[in-house]
Amino acid sequence: MQKINEMRMTLDSKSVNESFARSTVAAFMAQLDPTLDEISDVKMAVSEAVTNCIVHAYPQSVGKIYICVTILENRRVKISIRDKGCGIVDVKQAMEPLFTTLGGERAGLGFAVMESFTDKITVHSKPEKGTTVTMYKTVNGRAGI
Amino acid sequence: MPVKIISTKQRVTAFLEGEIDHHTAAALRLEIDEAIGRNKPKTLKLDFADVTFMDSSGIGLVMGRFRTIQPLGGKLIVSNLSPQVYRIMQLAGLEKIAKISKREDVNNAENK
Repeated sequence: MQKINEMRMTLDSKSVNESFARSTVAAFMAQLDPTLDEISDVKMAVSEAVTNCIVHAYPQSVGKIYICVTILENRRVKISIRDKGCGIVDVKQAMEPLFTTLGGERAGLGFAVMESFTDKITVHSKPEKGTTVTMYKTVNGRAGI
Repeated sequence: MPVKIISTKQRVTAFLEGEIDHHTAAALRLEIDEAIGRNKPKTLKLDFADVTFMDSSGIGLVMGRFRTIQPLGGKLIVSNLSPQVYRIMQLAGLEKIAKISKREDVNNAENK
């Protein structure tokens, strides 16, 4: 599928960057004139993926989070969020709603929210190498095309 | 992330504002739990009227406060949710532990 526009950024895995990451992705998407609901869906999904990098991928250290947003044909947006952290041993289990390795204040809903608010999500992970979450969403926009 | 808390012996109400994510949730948790500890109220109400964004960290915040107030015999009310936040709270099954409701202006808009 042909690329129309692309944005890349690299962030430190600090929780203060969660808001910056989701807002920046939403700002880049603005060229598609999305609805408020579409913006909110994407912000929520990005927030979950970035939080996973901070909380799970680099639990004891600060690493880099690599975000790439590509606008494809037919108003399709591809968002890839990658880390070089600890990786996930069992991706299927990690994606089950309410599964969490941390307990306490973490609800275990990160992947469930990403699945629910985007059209498609794929997760590739290798222990000790890192994780890539790729999400797709078609943005119909306010014109309702 | 600012939060205004109004406390009586009967009820603690926390008016949440702005964006709730993993970064802001920790401070909110401390402030709300401090008010619960001081007053041991029968009811904890979390008001989301001025919340502009929330991800699943907000679910964790609500579930955690339920666990704080439940041993005290208290109940939990979560009010003024945006349609989207209402949706993720339903997704998480929070209706089973709290009384949750949407913003009234939103309901009116839907009925028109």
